[in-house]
Amino acid sequence: MANEIVLEMKHIMKIYSNGVVANEDVSLELDKGEIHALLGENGAGKSTLMKVLFGIETPDEGQIIMNGQEVTIKSPQDAISKGIGMVHQHFMLVPSLTVAENIILGVEPKKGVFIDMKKAVDEARKIAEKYNFDLDVTAKVEEIPVGIKQKVEILKALYRGADILILDEPTAVLTPQETDELFIQLEKLRKDGHTIIFISHKLDEIKKICNRATIMRNGKSMGTYNVSEISTDDMSKLMVGRDVVLKFEKKPIELKNVMMKVRDLTVYNSQGVLKVDSLSFDIKGGEILGIAGVEGNGQSELIDTLTGINKKYTGEVDIKGEDTRKKSIHDIRNLKLAHIPEDRMVSGCASNLNILENMFSNQYQQPDYSGKVMLKGKVIQKRSEDLIKEYLVKCNSYKQNVGMLSGGNIQKVIVAREFSTGPDIIIANQPTRGIDVGAASFIRQRLLEFRDAGCAVLLISADLNEIFSLSDRLAVMYKGKFSGLFTDVGQVSEETLGQYMLGLKHDEELGGVIYE
Amino acid sequence: MNSAKRFEIFRMFFSIVIALLVSFVLIFLVSKQPVEAIVTLITGPFKSKRNLANVVESMIPLIFTGTGVCIMFSANQINLAGEGAFHLGGLVASVCALQLGLPAGVSPVVALCLAALAGALFTAIPAFLKIKTSSSELVSSLMLNYLSLWFCTFILMHYICDPQVGAASFKLPAESELITLLSGTRIHLGLFIALAVAVFGYVFLYKTRMGYELRLTGENENFAKYSGVNIVKVILVSQLVGGMIAGLGGGVEILSPIYNRFSWTSLLGYGWDAIIICTLAKKNPIYTPLAALFLAYLRTGASIMSRSTDVTLEIVQITQGVIILLAVAEQFLSKTKHKMIAREAKASLKEEEAA
Repeated sequence: MANEIVLEMKHIMKIYSNGVVANEDVSLELDKGEIHALLGENGAGKSTLMKVLFGIETPDEGQIIMNGQEVTIKSPQDAISKGIGMVHQHFMLVPSLTVAENIILGVEPKKGVFIDMKKAVDEARKIAEKYNFDLDVTAKVEEIPVGIKQKVEILKALYRGADILILDEPTAVLTPQETDELFIQLEKLRKDGHTIIFISHKLDEIKKICNRATIMRNGKSMGTYNVSEISTDDMSKLMVGRDVVLKFEKKPIELKNVMMKVRDLTVYNSQGVLKVDSLSFDIKGGEILGIAGVEGNGQSELIDTLTGINKKYTGEVDIKGEDTRKKSIHDIRNLKLAHIPEDRMVSGCASNLNILENMFSNQYQQPDYSGKVMLKGKVIQKRSEDLIKEYLVKCNSYKQNVGMLSGGNIQKVIVAREFSTGPDIIIANQPTRGIDVGAASFIRQRLLEFRDAGCAVLLISADLNEIFSLSDRLAVMYKGKFSGLFTDVGQVSEETLGQYMLGLKHDEELGGVIYE
Repeated sequence: MNSAKRFEIFRMFFSIVIALLVSFVLIFLVSKQPVEAIVTLITGPFKSKRNLANVVESMIPLIFTGTGVCIMFSANQINLAGEGAFHLGGLVASVCALQLGLPAGVSPVVALCLAALAGALFTAIPAFLKIKTSSSELVSSLMLNYLSLWFCTFILMHYICDPQVGAASFKLPAESELITLLSGTRIHLGLFIALAVAVFGYVFLYKTRMGYELRLTGENENFAKYSGVNIVKVILVSQLVGGMIAGLGGGVEILSPIYNRFSWTSLLGYGWDAIIICTLAKKNPIYTPLAALFLAYLRTGASIMSRSTDVTLEIVQITQGVIILLAVAEQFLSKTKHKMIAREAKASLKEEEAA
């Protein structure tokens, strides 16, 4: 079969308004009738590239060529009219309307000024039959299961004449059975001549269904490969870039007192789902306790509770021997606790305030920096200039708004703020996510320095490399519990850790979680 | 000054120019004497000492309510009860002046303090409701303005109304009047109070611990909470201080030589204007006198224009509307801004490669 190229994206560059370079010289080529995987970690730039293709974002450089002609895609409507359809990870359906109504929404068959509902139902049924989608088009969307909702999304795109279908992590919300069914349907669509872009980071699925894969890392394309010719190992290497092995000079551990004691901690989220399940652990000064785990297994809820953001829990959280239940976030911070938050833009900084203003939000009350009423402007200014130098924040001056800095530099501002209080306990949640190598290794080095100085560190990270090289003890969190705990981190292989992370392995008795 | 700030100033200036151009086009469309109208609009305020004084006089209340709104909006508390607080402040100051019978010198001070207190308590109602019931301060404060209006009208009609005049109070005593600064005009002491308030607002927001907490919360409440800021305190204090300043403004206005009786039976609109001032001043109280000067100048010009030509006063409303629209439209000139940012990002990419 001669390869007919239906779509080319050439040298796409996209810079967001906060100066973050999300795509840097990325090229993508789609053959007609292929399932093309777009592979990469969170924040690698997959979604941005697809937003560019679907007309949600305008690229700063680069071309899009469809069927040999250069096109500009100004909006999603424009993309749809050119035969591009997108199924978002979070469904864009109106729950109170029926399946048929959702499918025809925006392109309704009309009878005068009214919608011809009979025809709508017929047409919806017809297209469902044409693609062999077995579903009841008169059911309300709010009443159908997730797997069917996804089919509705796909039908919606097909009804609008999509030849190229973008599926954004379509299996993330599906059960294994639903996934199998989806794959059969995708295969059918492919044979019908549709081209599918399959965004994922699940390697086995890509192996199973995709023809080619373009791998992205850090906003750049790492190349396009025939899936049959590349091993999952190589794919993961390209995706994660674990070829750079982290080596840190780690001093022998010197344990101090227990700094944080957690007993039978149970947390339900606002929807009433059990997120942390009677968890107990201790951290002593001078050690780093790493928590690995697939996102969403209760890590965020655990951290929110430890730092005082969440107050709805049962069990006990002690910091330096003091129960924190009645303590405000401010009180807990006063126990010399530093917290690097998971999402730096959501709660780690105020992007419209300048670097100085972002560096003192946790310590402006200290007598060094303010009196009872007034801030000591000069002292604060001097101190922030020093911190900018010490933490190598790349900026014009302390007056620059934090939102204008790159991700790595924003993270350095946050770390400078948190570390400059001389903490006894550091809670670092994804401290190096999505930042450049230099900044990441700088932050890791600092964490080790604090450990050596007798500080207790709790490190949550999705970066296995980081967690392996920093942790003194390593716990794996799965469904709100520790499924495993390793006191000898050097002896654990990535494979073993992965099995614990996915719940394939589970230790009932955990030795060494608490110090008695 | 960094490029982002420069860009904001440029954008504000550009908005004003476009708004004026739109107004000029409209004047050309509706007027038989457009050139004359435009010339009057622009040069009218400079034509006489009285006109110039008019500009300064009408600046004063705008600075008060503008500063109040700057403080509340900086904390992202969209409380619009400044309007009602101003009104209530006027009433309270009048009642004090009429009823307490204090000597000159003391009378205005007491009246203004009570006016400020009334304003603070008034705008604290939405804050209190927000804290206790998490109701939107925007909705409750809007509704409260009518409460203020009708409450003040009630007091006016039943307790301090001068039966010989109708819908106005008894004559305010001379002891309570704020002194005139410049003979032959009505520019009064209130100007200095207003400027002091603007400076106070700036110092409060940018130099004090509380102000810092307000701005942290206003820019990112999650971040403020995570940092340990007491959000409830911020909600309450920002609205108390904002209303206090608006109430003080109402008191100053009614005790000025411009009025000799309390006769407000409809809302005056200084609370709404405050939003324009706040937008022009970019939420920084120190710029409110400039913004107020601009608005007062435009309005005085329009008023003169409406008296001497066939163009009506309302044309400035359109100018104001367009300015607000452009100033708050984040996407306006966003392409230019984006190009600027992209250029800087590309430059730093090249630097990294070179390094």
